[in-house]
Amino acid sequence: MKIIKNFFVIFLMTSTLLFSCKPKDSDIQANIEEKMKSMPGISVTVNDGVATLTGECKDEAAKDEATASAKDVKGVNSVVNNCSVTPAPAVVQQAPVVVNADAALMSGVTDATKDFPTVKTDVKDGVITLTGDIKRADLKNLMMSLNTLKPKKIENKLTIK
Amino acid sequence: MSLQDKYKQLIDAANAGGVSNLQVREQGNALYIDGSAPDGATKDKLWDVYGQIDPDFRAGDVVMNINVAASEGTKAKVTTDKTNLNIRKGPGTDQPIVGKAAHNEIVTMLSKTNDQWWLIKTDAGEEGYAFAQYLSPQ
Repeated sequence: MKIIKNFFVIFLMTSTLLFSCKPKDSDIQANIEEKMKSMPGISVTVNDGVATLTGECKDEAAKDEATASAKDVKGVNSVVNNCSVTPAPAVVQQAPVVVNADAALMSGVTDATKDFPTVKTDVKDGVITLTGDIKRADLKNLMMSLNTLKPKKIENKLTIK
Repeated sequence: MSLQDKYKQLIDAANAGGVSNLQVREQGNALYIDGSAPDGATKDKLWDVYGQIDPDFRAGDVVMNINVAASEGTKAKVTTDKTNLNIRKGPGTDQPIVGKAAHNEIVTMLSKTNDQWWLIKTDAGEEGYAFAQYLSPQ
């Protein structure tokens, strides 16, 4: 009985030693992947302790961080980081907001509400105010055409039927 | 919460839908969204998303001017409720009616006067201005 117990202890020790000496590539890969969960878009492959990172990083700092983070994982001898850095999106020149003059708005509102005689409108300082009532099915259409007039604001006080 | 956050879903949908020249600006408690949708269905979808965030469009904090990209010669369908679409001598409801296009008829857009009025021509040869809200580029 004692002999068997001893054998068992020896077996345990050798197996622990074996595994701790050289982690398997697949285990290393899993560990790196676990660590880099916060960095989606990067894939890892490990071959003989060399970790290769591919994918996209949002900037150089993120790329360096990924390299450092992979290097930290036990069993990694070196890291090859082949990630590309996504270029920052070009800043789109924002055009200023255009608000039409009341006269232009007024004539546009008249056209847009022609088919909705129960809708009353008022235009003042770029703000179109809607009162009266409208069928629910017509509301979206009316709003769609009023929104093309370039008002400052649309105050919808309509009763929806 | 900024308006861009409140309407994030709408802005995302505009980007995903391929709206070109998209401009989103927050100014004086209102969010101004301008751009050109590739088709009528995309524009419609954006209005549905807008309607989900602000039911019945009560908040008054968005002005969304999304038109549908259409070039000269584009065919457009008459999308009135069920009635005919008036074709007028000039761009305005005060202009005399010179013809009619039937509900669901396909007409040709000759030019865009503005976002409200397009110069169109029917297959029967009637030519004049029609209210763009009732025209859906094909």
